[in-house]
Amino acid sequence: MAALRRTPPLAVVGTYLAILAYVAFALFPLYWLLKIALTPERLIYSDGTALWPSALTLENFRAVLFATDFLAYFRNSVIVSLGTAAATALIAAAAGYAFSRFAFRGKRLVIALMLVTQMFPLLMIIAPIYKIVAALGLLNSLTSLIIVYTAFNIPFATFLMQSFFDGIPKDLEEAAMMDGCTRLQALRKVILPLTLPGLGATLGFVFTAAWSELFFALMLIRSDDTMTFPVGLLSFVSKFSVDWGQMMAAGVLALVPSCLFFAFIQRYLVQGLTSGAVKG
Amino acid sequence: MTTLSGNDTASGIPRTRFGRAYLAYAVEPWLYLSPAILLLIFVMLIPLGIGISYSVQSINLLRPFETGYVGLENFEALGEDARFWTALVNTFWWTFGSVTLQFFLGLGLALLLSRPFHGKRIVQALVFLPWAVPTFLIALTFSWLLNPVIGPLPHWGAAVGLLEEPYNILSDPGTAMWGPILANVWYGVPFFAITLLAALQSIPGELYEAAEIDGASAWQCFTKITLPFLGPMIAITIMLRAIWIANFADLIYVMTGGGPANSTQILSSYIFTTAFRRLDFGYASAIAVALLGVLLVYAVILLFVRARLVKF
Amino acid sequence: MAEMELRDVRKSYGGTEVLRNIDLRIGDGEFVVLVGPSGCGKSTLLRMIAGLESITGGALLIDGAEMTDVPPRARDIAMVFQSYALYPHMSVARNMGFSMEIRRRPETERRGPVDAAARTLGLGSFLDRLPRALSGGQRQRVAMGRAIVRDPKAFLFDEPLSNLDAALRAEMRLEIARLHQRLGTTMVYVTHDQVEAMTLADRIVVLNGGDIQQVGTPIELYERPANRFVATFIGSPTMNVLEVAPSRDGLRLADGTPLPGPGTARHIGIRPEHIALAKPGEGIAATVEVIERLGSDSNVHCEIPGVGPILARIRGNPDIRPGASVGLVPEKDHLHYFDASGTALPGMAM
Repeated sequence: MAALRRTPPLAVVGTYLAILAYVAFALFPLYWLLKIALTPERLIYSDGTALWPSALTLENFRAVLFATDFLAYFRNSVIVSLGTAAATALIAAAAGYAFSRFAFRGKRLVIALMLVTQMFPLLMIIAPIYKIVAALGLLNSLTSLIIVYTAFNIPFATFLMQSFFDGIPKDLEEAAMMDGCTRLQALRKVILPLTLPGLGATLGFVFTAAWSELFFALMLIRSDDTMTFPVGLLSFVSKFSVDWGQMMAAGVLALVPSCLFFAFIQRYLVQGLTSGAVKG
Repeated sequence: MTTLSGNDTASGIPRTRFGRAYLAYAVEPWLYLSPAILLLIFVMLIPLGIGISYSVQSINLLRPFETGYVGLENFEALGEDARFWTALVNTFWWTFGSVTLQFFLGLGLALLLSRPFHGKRIVQALVFLPWAVPTFLIALTFSWLLNPVIGPLPHWGAAVGLLEEPYNILSDPGTAMWGPILANVWYGVPFFAITLLAALQSIPGELYEAAEIDGASAWQCFTKITLPFLGPMIAITIMLRAIWIANFADLIYVMTGGGPANSTQILSSYIFTTAFRRLDFGYASAIAVALLGVLLVYAVILLFVRARLVKF
Repeated sequence: MAEMELRDVRKSYGGTEVLRNIDLRIGDGEFVVLVGPSGCGKSTLLRMIAGLESITGGALLIDGAEMTDVPPRARDIAMVFQSYALYPHMSVARNMGFSMEIRRRPETERRGPVDAAARTLGLGSFLDRLPRALSGGQRQRVAMGRAIVRDPKAFLFDEPLSNLDAALRAEMRLEIARLHQRLGTTMVYVTHDQVEAMTLADRIVVLNGGDIQQVGTPIELYERPANRFVATFIGSPTMNVLEVAPSRDGLRLADGTPLPGPGTARHIGIRPEHIALAKPGEGIAATVEVIERLGSDSNVHCEIPGVGPILARIRGNPDIRPGASVGLVPEKDHLHYFDASGTALPGMAM
């Protein structure tokens, strides 16, 4: 698709304008979030739709961090997301390895099973999960969230890991086994170092998915001290719906981990999306 | 895994081998798969079965003594529930509106990004960023942007004549659905752009060069090469994405809670409100089974279309 | 140093049998080449010797010890892969010393063998590089170096040269031959290229469709192929095979030309280099169609009316043109006879 023919200058200008429009469309909402978060409270209404705040302050962030429970919500979310990402990556790596390296009876059945769990509405199982978790006495625990999220993310993470394993020639493992490795040694010394980027990408995808999950967290967590960030932010919004600056400062904080992981997994977006990584 | 077994057969005597080596090979993949399979069975499939069974029971946490089998009562109630039918229609419009806008904007972006230009890497990172923003935050941000007290959108809308006065479209039943759709478009354009871009780049460049030599115009290149190549893949991506969006209730739940006057309630948000607010698990499951039925019918159509499209 | 023995080895996947009744004894220090068209099972056989494929039936013995179920790491065999299979995240030195690393030999002990192997292969200045910074030929050398460092009982090669260009292939072929002479280790080598097989092998094993067709020295296979498959597979250009019918005093071609031979023969074979050109009227009457002049030789493609195409390889540069009528005179000592099943028959003159 390279520019085969010489493009007329007007078309070039048009192209750049269109690109600019997309960038503005993508960034504007986030900019607005940041802008209000940085605007001193007394100026929020008077600034109105002005694109640039007339004064800047970090007061809202200070208030959110030290005068509210957001730090605790943040910590809970980090625990849940990291726990989910680690557990999922481990389990999915094992499963993806089996898919990539073995031909066995029942393989198609397992793949079909994984696809089915991707297709039905997740909300179908919210009530049964609630009852099971309640029966186990695990309501309001981060562990239950980690287990549930891990299961949700395993299918796509497995396909993603499989695609990474598929990219490593089987010869390498066999060469290692000829060189004296057991299968586990071959995995550790040869395959693992080569799949590290893949494992990292999987961690990133699962982290962002777990970070933004809302419904199951709402259902399973009702107590203040185990609330994850989305649940905490929503309850904050419903209680203090005029503390605009603080709400948006909290929103900016929620954005930080996702953006960090996004910067990291960018290179793998295509691979992730084609494996069915549909966040949420 | 394949240690030398105590060799009972005299070496060299031909024999069929179903010994330890074979067994280890057959068992090994299941060993690696078992955590994944067990988790999926216990956290997803068994609850799915239970969920379906709830749809023929009365299970309401607020009325614990009326629990029991009620046959198709939930479904009969569903038939008479005006909210359910509204939600069904809304699900269609929500899905159709979101997918259409996401697709065309995504295609435009993919075409723009398929050509080299200065600063492409940074532009690509910026326009794909919305995909990484947590959905609850997208919902909140857009409801703030649409709020005339704090957001600029209503004022701009009024300035260009889209709105008569700067009011919150989320509070008007006639326009409320556009709010979540707008947020969803913002969130979903990167998905289509990324998948379409990958597909575009999979078309061999020689094809365009050959067409160029044969004297094809840019438009002819697009209609004679790009579209036929991407057509089947596009159709399947769109149809799969539609299923996902029909199930995607986060934005609606946070932005409007299904209101005002049920004007933005879709089936999946209705399931959640029924389960979460009214704690009526039986009825929620009946809605969920209905949604599953709708999706199954849709999936059958999808498979049929796919079989027609994927010929080569 | 090792002797290997395959006793009635079989391999099947599910219900399909890919190798049958493989009986083979490989002597200590012997260079054996497994050759055959793609899909004949030669690579599978090699991988079974390596331990990378399970053996469905039969037994594999190395130095008299049963190895059928022994994992690859315990067989003390090194293998050079078609793709080289170099560990991309390790330097050349670490690639070559990896087997010692796995056996927990201290780093100081590893250096000696690695350096020695690098020196023989001319890799001395590349030891710190990663494989991706090497050319194809250099990667090939590293793969061989990795095997040499092991000082194994036997080397296995799985089409090691097929990813190289023609010039490099000839060079590496020579290198492998030298290596074998210097080390004197047993080597088993898989290839589909019969030139490699002829030049490298002490003995060649020809496989087709999962069966051994013939085992023998290159010259035995060339001079006395056991059947039509071996006859046409070994030798370049390919042997001419013509249909014959029995006649009162021997055989005759479809155009009536009489030939000597056993009456049960259904085909005769004659290598292009064993046909002489003569004036029309002598030998078999044919028309010249195309002449490929190679300088030292010329390939004269002819058509025998009513019989089919035939190729003659003539020394030098004969003075003929396409369309000319010629007589083809096969050397009677070098005629091969095959019965209806394709099995070679003892010739009259031999």
